[in-house]
Amino acid sequence: MNTAAAQVREPRTTSRRRKMPAAGPLIGFVVLLAVTVAMLAPLWFMVSTSLKTTKEMLAFPPTFIPETFAWSNFKELFTNSDIKFGQQYANSLIVAVFSVLGTVISSSLVAFGFARYRARGSGLLFLLMLSTMMLPYPAIMIPQFLLFTNIGLHDSLLPLILPNFFGSAYIIFLLKQFFSTMPNELYDAGRIDGSNEFRLFWNLTLPLAGPALATVSIFTFIWSWNDLLTPVLYLDSQENFTLPIGMAAMMSSKFRLAPWNLLMAAALLSSLPIITLFAVAQRRFVEGIVLTGIK
Amino acid sequence: MRRKRIDRETRAFYWFISPWLIGFVVLALFPILASLYYSFTDYDVVHAPVWIGLDNFRELFRDELFWTSIRATLKYTLISVPLTLLLSLAFAMLINQKVPFQGFFRTAIYFPSMISGVAMSLLWFWVFNPQAGLFNLVLSWFGVDPIPWLLDARYAIWALIIMSFWGMGAGMLIFLAGLQGVPQHLLEAAKLDGAGRWKTFRNVTFPMISPVFLFQLIIGIIDSFQVFTQAYTITQGGPSYSTWFYVYNIYINAFKNFRYGYASAMAWILLVAVMIVTYVIMKTSNRYVYYEGGQSR
Repeated sequence: MNTAAAQVREPRTTSRRRKMPAAGPLIGFVVLLAVTVAMLAPLWFMVSTSLKTTKEMLAFPPTFIPETFAWSNFKELFTNSDIKFGQQYANSLIVAVFSVLGTVISSSLVAFGFARYRARGSGLLFLLMLSTMMLPYPAIMIPQFLLFTNIGLHDSLLPLILPNFFGSAYIIFLLKQFFSTMPNELYDAGRIDGSNEFRLFWNLTLPLAGPALATVSIFTFIWSWNDLLTPVLYLDSQENFTLPIGMAAMMSSKFRLAPWNLLMAAALLSSLPIITLFAVAQRRFVEGIVLTGIK
Repeated sequence: MRRKRIDRETRAFYWFISPWLIGFVVLALFPILASLYYSFTDYDVVHAPVWIGLDNFRELFRDELFWTSIRATLKYTLISVPLTLLLSLAFAMLINQKVPFQGFFRTAIYFPSMISGVAMSLLWFWVFNPQAGLFNLVLSWFGVDPIPWLLDARYAIWALIIMSFWGMGAGMLIFLAGLQGVPQHLLEAAKLDGAGRWKTFRNVTFPMISPVFLFQLIIGIIDSFQVFTQAYTITQGGPSYSTWFYVYNIYINAFKNFRYGYASAMAWILLVAVMIVTYVIMKTSNRYVYYEGGQSR
């Protein structure tokens, strides 16, 4: 302990020419290694459980590597008609894809409006838009629910999709920041060429906004994919469930003995789209987290 | 001529923002006002709302479960949010040193954040399984007897708090980006002035990342006030109401007990609480948040 403390102070007192890596980073390295193991252990537990037979899954102490690889768990998710996992996976994909489309189209229009035009009340409306970022969904969900139910959309995927076509305050804010950096000369040139305002947006701005749109698409997808509360309010029948509510139902009702191996297989499969997005677009992904401040 | 130009601009502005404006009126403004109205009524959807004045609020303040839900939510928020923030900042600082395999650590600590929502709840329900779960296995290596985590009112909320740390990766990435944005010349200058690690952090690094810190704090608290997934998926508010979170209470009252008026009163209290907390944090933050250029947002 004493030597460790002495080593921490070392870089300040001795000259910088030393080739040895400083001790501070070394201790940091060890701590990080321990944290990494702790963070990844549950993931390992998830993957290994998903491949265990029911008998092995209940053994204590748990085995780290399954003795026999029960790949049939994954197959059962799709073949067991009590679960409807495949259908629910498709529902989640439909909701997420249309939510992304709706959010990106509407939010970029709105963001363009806020970024490029000044009008009576535009500043005030922008502040109003920003303030809705803090609006908790539970505070407005009851009237929204009654609204969508009254127009006959209960137990359908539409209440999960439609609100996205009216823009999302976060996304509008991010895209507005991006559009504001575009030079005025670009638009003056466009106007001289006779473009109307919509073509300035569609032909001139959007093609340059590819990376920003990719970033916000990733995040809209994740929000939609993970949302539990909205589907819980609207969806009644199992074949209409999205994955989160389907998985929650899978644990609570059908089975007396929770089928942990199936549940872990479901949790793993349900995380694949997000992991895939991370793998193929890591830079956009990380940028999006940093920009939105949201997981 | 000039008049016409302005009109054209006004038209274009409202045309472009119309999706949001319509959505705001229909999906935010109307629901806010409607739930304010419902909160003064007795409303079960089948019958028309009946105006009952402040009765819902009077009943709420006498409702033991209402206070239970506030206590559970506050406990969860006050422990989970600051600790998650501090942990993610600490690990961001560790990674930001010139450690070997920086990229690996960054990805490894972030990776669990991709298992979120219900998938994460399922996984941790299993990790906290008293008989065959990973958590008690690890504890048993240190001679700790099995703990009935989520099945015991004394431990359930702590299990959920521990679980929340697992999602610190996103915060870590955000802080890391903030730390990497701290100008090197400022750190060099502090070093030349003989400032130690703590002083450098206190007077240079933290002020530079304080806006990020503030934003994370506000978002963290607002999100945590709305904790729902864990209660719905894992605990159903139990055992013995120990995880009966506020939004779960709203959900049960509105969508299980069909007391829309009563639940709307709670929803409005949440809205006001979020506004007050945001306002107070923003107001008191002037003391420790530094905006470059001296301009506050």
